[in-house]
Parts: sequence; C-alpha cells; structure tokens
Amino acid sequence: MAPKVEIQAVAKRFGAVEALAQIDLDLQANEFVSLVGVSGCGKSTLLSIIAGLQRPSQGQVLVDGQPVEGPGRDRGVVFQTATLLPWLTAQGNVEFALRGEPMGRAERRQVAREHLALVGLTGFEEAWPAQLSGGMQQRVALARSLCYRPQILLMDEPFGALDALTRHDMQELLTGIWETHRLTVLFVTHDIEEAVFISDRVVVMTPRPGRIESARVIDLARPRKPEIQSDPRFHELADSLLRGIRQQSQSGQPDQLSQTGQPDQPDRTG
Amino acid sequence: MAVPRARVRQSITRRSYLAITLGTFVVLVALWAAVTHGGLVSKLFLPSPGAVLERLAEQARSGQLFDDVSLSVYRITLGYVIATAMSLLLGPLMGMSKRVEAMFEPLFDFIRYMPVVAFVPLTIIWVGIDDPQKFLIIWMGTFFQQVLMVADAVRQVPQSMIHLGETLGMGRTAILTRIAFPAAWPRIWDALRVTLGWAWTWLVVAELVAARGGMGYRITVAQRYFATDTIIGYVIVLGLLGLIFDQVMRAIGRAMFRYQRSR
Repeated sequence: MAPKVEIQAVAKRFGAVEALAQIDLDLQANEFVSLVGVSGCGKSTLLSIIAGLQRPSQGQVLVDGQPVEGPGRDRGVVFQTATLLPWLTAQGNVEFALRGEPMGRAERRQVAREHLALVGLTGFEEAWPAQLSGGMQQRVALARSLCYRPQILLMDEPFGALDALTRHDMQELLTGIWETHRLTVLFVTHDIEEAVFISDRVVVMTPRPGRIESARVIDLARPRKPEIQSDPRFHELADSLLRGIRQQSQSGQPDQLSQTGQPDQPDRTG
Repeated sequence: MAVPRARVRQSITRRSYLAITLGTFVVLVALWAAVTHGGLVSKLFLPSPGAVLERLAEQARSGQLFDDVSLSVYRITLGYVIATAMSLLLGPLMGMSKRVEAMFEPLFDFIRYMPVVAFVPLTIIWVGIDDPQKFLIIWMGTFFQQVLMVADAVRQVPQSMIHLGETLGMGRTAILTRIAFPAAWPRIWDALRVTLGWAWTWLVVAELVAARGGMGYRITVAQRYFATDTIIGYVIVLGLLGLIFDQVMRAIGRAMFRYQRSR
C-alpha cells in the first residue's frame, strides 16, 4: 500500500542557516511515528512543513500522492501550547473547528460534546479556557483537532509544557484514543520515553543541519498501559535510542535531551 | 526581636481601598479650604471650595453648565467615534499585513509626532471655528495614536492562533474577523479607553482657542473676567466627566472580558 505521507528530499534554509537537509521519510496509514531530537534539530520545522504552514526550500511532501500546497483540513495540528480561543468555552472551541463541516447546529453541538467526552472533559463544556488547567486545555485542543476527522494528526511537542504527572496522563489518554480510533500521527517530542511509550516507530533527528539519524520500530505490544514502562524491553529501546543521539551529537549538547523529558528551552526552530 | 513580615503587594479589602482613596480627596480639599480660609492666598487666585461649589451650583441652576457639558460631550463623542471607527477598520489591516503596515505605519508615526496644538490655527483657517473644527482636532489627536495601538494589539496575537486558523482551512478574512480581531479585542479596548482620556485634552484645547460654547469656551470667557471660581469649577467637572467615561469603559470591559477570569 502506498504511504499516507511521503517526505521527499525536503530541505529548508533560513537565510544562511541550513535547518533541514535532505529529509526522506514515509508515514504509513494509521501509523504512529515520533520524531525525537534535541532543540534546534529541525523537528518542529519539518512538522510545520508537513502541515503546510511553511514551504520547503527544496523537495516536497505528498499526502495520498498529492503534493502539499498549504494547510488543509486533512491534517490536524496540535501545538505546543493549547492555543484555545480564550473568548470561547471548551464547547465553543471544539465547535469552532466544525464550522466548515456540512452539519447543522444541533449536530455540531453533539459532535463537540462527544469529543470532549472522549478526552474526559464531560462536565466542563461551559468552562472558559482560563478556568482550565494546562492539561485540560491541551485536552480541549486534542478534542478540537480530532472532531473534524483529519486523516493525519501532527503534534508539535503537545505535552512539553505540562508537568510530569499531567504529561503521563496525557500520554495514556492519547494512546488509548489512538488505539481505538486509528489515524496517522506524527508526534514531535524531545522525551524519548514518551516517544517509546506511544509510538509504532521512533525517528531520531540530529541537528546542524537537521537530518534523520536513525529510526526504530517499537515492537511493544498494544494496548499499552503504564506498566509497560517497567518492561525491560521498554528500557532497552529507550536506552539504545538515547545512545544513538548521544553518539551523534557529542560535539553538540547531548544534555539538552534528557531521558526523563524535562522540557528544555522552547525553541521555535526546534 | 521578631522581624516584621514583608507586606509588599498584600491585598486589602475593597472597603479599606475605598476609605483610603476617599481619605486622599478629603485631605486635599481640607488643605485647599485651610489655605483659602486662612487668607494665605488671595480669593482672586484661588477661591475657596465653598465659593467654587456655589458658583457651580448657580451655573447648574441657570442651565449654562448643562449646555456647556452637553455641547462638549457631543463634540468629543462624534470626534472620537469617527477616529475610533477609522482605527478599527485600518488598525487590524495594518497589524495583519506587512504591505498595509508599510503603506501607513511610518507615515502615521511621523504625523503622530507633529504637535496637534500647532494645527489648531490651520484647522480654523480650513474649516472655521464651528463643530467640524473640534471634530478635526479631536480626530487628529486621537486617530494617529489609536490606529497604531490597534495595529499593535493585533500584531501581538500569537502566531500559533493564526496558524490554527490556517490549519482549520480558514481564509485570510475569516482569520482576521474570527480569530485575530477577537483575540486582540481586550487590548484594543484598553487602547480605546486610554485614547478617550486623551481626546478630552484635545477637545478642551480646541474649545479654548476658538469656539462658541462648550467647556473650554466657558473657561476662556471666565478668564477675561478673572472668574477663577468658574475656571476651577469647570476644570473639576472636566476631571469628573473624564473619570465617569473611564469608569464606564472599564465596566463594559469587565463585562465583556469575563472569560479572562480564572473563576
């Protein structure tokens, strides 16, 4: 079967800086792939090129064989910050994404309600974003990006700004949702354990210029529960990925990437 | 010895806040009264609070105060509404498009630094001394500041919100009207509130120089007759009007932006 997303020789320069050099990567339909790497390795840039928010300097991205010309509703994006519209309630924020859909008001309300329930926010429909915790805000953002059924979900360090406990909850939630409602996901993170826990495949990127260093299929059984993190295989995979990054970036700053996933400096080029 | 606990920025009750505020005013008026009744200054330079109040009451009874206030409020309202309408149309475009910004922002920045007061004689030559000249001065003093503040407010909308609109397949107009403008609206409202305060200054400046009626006009006339009680009374009324307008804008803002509160 043809890949869902094909990244073909994509390069990106910002002036004299080469942010991405020759990226080739395919995502299969309904595959969950994580991109890991230190800040500045270009992983977020690559994601925004796939989203159509930036144009590559060279190469192209194909979705279902068609070149990406700009952003579109076939590709949902979850940003690092929840990016909720503060003047709309949780319900209103989800409905906002449904405005383009051919459905009546009642149906729209119903669909939004269902998706808020999916992310565990029943009872918070009428809450404003300012009344929600960071984790709950990101849940609304997730519901918003799922409700209009994009075939591809692009997630740019969506849990990077959350505290460790909330982050674990969100990883479980996302895994659970993905295991029941399959779709193609590209998930950018600098937390290797997070990547191993939720992904089918982890792609490692290295910086200056950003390129793909290696990729590993994560052959852990599904459904994945938190207990899997005490599985020796889990640690084997995480360790070997981390070693790969450390070797490659010894001249760089290997400490920027931590195994526990402490967020480093948010970096828009990262 | 126990070290006293730091009390920086400690919150106080609404009642004590009000009490302290009122206290400041009471002390100020008491000082004023003491100085004037003690005969320290001549009544011509500084009439007593009682005399000012009496004069004001007299003007209120005769209807003159009401006429002056309503004329001034009419002028400021129209001048300010014209400026605001233009700012709300042009500002967001300047904030969203680099082309529109390049077209207007350097120009407006330049005009903004020209003293509006210096345009008063010119505007009188252009449009005379009737209401249109007042609108023009208020507009000049308000619009060029306001439009840049509105543009800035729109520019400060996080890029990720714009990106959100794009990934949802929204067009430029929809992103502007459904995301950027509402996202910037609290900041814009603040800009409108602040510039309304400035508009009062321009109104009085325009009325002081040449007018038939209005608060500033009455002050100029009073000066001719050394009626310092009228001048001070009118200045106080101007301060009160400004305060009332500001508080009304604040209250509307509080009602509109309830969603910003965390509970």
